[in-house]
Amino acid sequence: MASVKGSTAGRGSIELVGVSKRFGDTSAVKDINLKIPAGAYCCLLGPSGCGKTTILRMIAGHESPTEGAVLIDGENVVGEPPVRRGTAMMFQSYALFPHLSCADNVAFNLKVRGVAKAERRERALQMLDRVHMRPFADRLPAQLSGGQQQRIALARALITDPRVLLLDEPLSALDEFLRLQMRGELRRIQDEVGITFIHVTHTQMEAVALADMVVVMDQGQIEQAASARDVYDKPRTGYVARFMGGQNVLSGPVIERNASTVTIQSGAKQITITAPAVAPADGTLFEVAVRRDQIRLARGTSNEASAINAVSGRVAGLEYQGTWLKVTIEGACSEEFVVNMPDEIFFADPLTIGDPVVARWTAERIHFLEDTGRAPATRPAAHNVTAASI
Amino acid sequence: MQRDLGKRPRSFYFLAAFFGLFVAFLYGPMSAIFILSFQGPTGGLTFPLNGVSLRWFTALFNQERTGDFAGAFTRSIWLALLVLTLTVVISVLAGLAFRRRFPGSTFVFYLAVASLIMPGLLVGLGVGLTYQTLELSPSWFSSGLGAQLTWTIPFGLLIMFAVLSRFDRSYEEAGRDLGASNWQIFWMIVVPILFPGMIAVALFGFTLSYDEFPRTLLTVGGKNTLPMEIWGMTTNVTSPALYALGTVTTFVSFTVIILALGSIAIIQRRRSRGLLLSAAPVVDEGA
Repeated sequence: MASVKGSTAGRGSIELVGVSKRFGDTSAVKDINLKIPAGAYCCLLGPSGCGKTTILRMIAGHESPTEGAVLIDGENVVGEPPVRRGTAMMFQSYALFPHLSCADNVAFNLKVRGVAKAERRERALQMLDRVHMRPFADRLPAQLSGGQQQRIALARALITDPRVLLLDEPLSALDEFLRLQMRGELRRIQDEVGITFIHVTHTQMEAVALADMVVVMDQGQIEQAASARDVYDKPRTGYVARFMGGQNVLSGPVIERNASTVTIQSGAKQITITAPAVAPADGTLFEVAVRRDQIRLARGTSNEASAINAVSGRVAGLEYQGTWLKVTIEGACSEEFVVNMPDEIFFADPLTIGDPVVARWTAERIHFLEDTGRAPATRPAAHNVTAASI
Repeated sequence: MQRDLGKRPRSFYFLAAFFGLFVAFLYGPMSAIFILSFQGPTGGLTFPLNGVSLRWFTALFNQERTGDFAGAFTRSIWLALLVLTLTVVISVLAGLAFRRRFPGSTFVFYLAVASLIMPGLLVGLGVGLTYQTLELSPSWFSSGLGAQLTWTIPFGLLIMFAVLSRFDRSYEEAGRDLGASNWQIFWMIVVPILFPGMIAVALFGFTLSYDEFPRTLLTVGGKNTLPMEIWGMTTNVTSPALYALGTVTTFVSFTVIILALGSIAIIQRRRSRGLLLSAAPVVDEGA
């Protein structure tokens, strides 16, 4: 596992211990255990309704867990108001007070604490400087663009001097260009202030680009919590692999095995794959992931039914992506199979839709997934609806 | 422009004529009353004008001729202000309470708004009878006030529902997040943001009370409010003073409405365009 920045010794470490949250009959978060080191940039990633915002709100103190404890720097903060926790939240809608100028919005925390007017203004202006918004101090929020409002919201949260900053889908309201700009800005500010950032998002690339630690969630549970690289490159489960994108998941019940290979039934196809150290039993689920960019594609059909680490099919889609091509192959396995081909290799002998192709990978490119060994089809296969688009 | 008019369908002219009729019915009598209130000293209740004077306005305040106009007017204003205040306070607090779906909230809501469809005279009669049974003497500031509130609070509540449906809960959470107490959240965030809506409720409270008749008729007690007084005058005053009265009360209503709508417009403009006292530097994009 790649190292995760930060340590549990500093300020702003977070630990969730057996945290569950139920709203009436529905269970939003189910028995979660999670440790986020102090000073880390952590992204909670998952489709909408997976419970990530609920976790954020429980850390913030805007929601109480039904069961379990929320520890900040080792101290259980359940029941404490947000200020006592040392957390500050940036809301998805920003929630800037429409009747107050930007400076007054930023100074709001100082005002309720009874700081004198002149000092309040001075410190608010300093904070506005940090987010490059000082010239807008006397504007009202409605006069600012979305990106500018976000900077004000960030300044307003940071002025409380929190040890944890909680960001609820902070970039979702911005257009593509601003999103990339603010993404870099958030990271820069986090490096500057050195506190823990917890950032909720449903965009895979955003999480991978920003986070020291990515927590992939589904249906109220944590599927994987690891460094961005591990989550992308070494997904723990088929769900993570499919959700993060960039991987082909080959999955199916074991129908045959010998010393070095396992053959699975994947849709109409039988695929033979190099076996892991401990081979699964016949009839159980065997699931592996192979990165889309680590597969070689050749024209032709696989006449050797016993070919190892290969699938065959027809080209069903071609998408030019600049430096590479996304080649979608149908009939290869039970789910979508995609090969990312470098543009030079592709254009040396361009494929067209309908061409028969064989995709091959080497044994060391195979990543074994943890669902291997379970009874097959206990989990719905249509999990990849929200998978990353590239 | 002429060409555009030529292209208009026949329905346009029909609807325009219908609208013209509506305007004539609405403002025709009002303007007749307005003009006739300036009737000369020797003039009567009908056209033509026999000279122009302010005589009937001064006559209004002369109790022997026209009854207790000044007293009724003062009482009506005070009552309307009282109704306004209570309607705003109760509607805002009730509106905030209804955001939580407490047990029985739907029932309580229908109970509250049911009085909108109850005949006002019967509500007034009921309140009057209750006072009689309890051997209390009805008066404009007790039974009259209560009867009017049964009419204004449902209106206020419905307005607050509309206002609060657009009120983002995260404003309060942001306040809490920034360390404000519940009291500070209410006064520093909720009230300022809801203020335009509160003015609308106040406007309804005032104007509904100011010309309330059916509920007040049997609950007002010994001293009349203005609508009661006008009602009395139509039967026994036969001078243009009646018209002067109409002009004065209409003027008061219009003033209140203009003040209310004007202040809402000013607040909205301040928020959207930011006409703050301190001049903001004109910079279009961030660094």
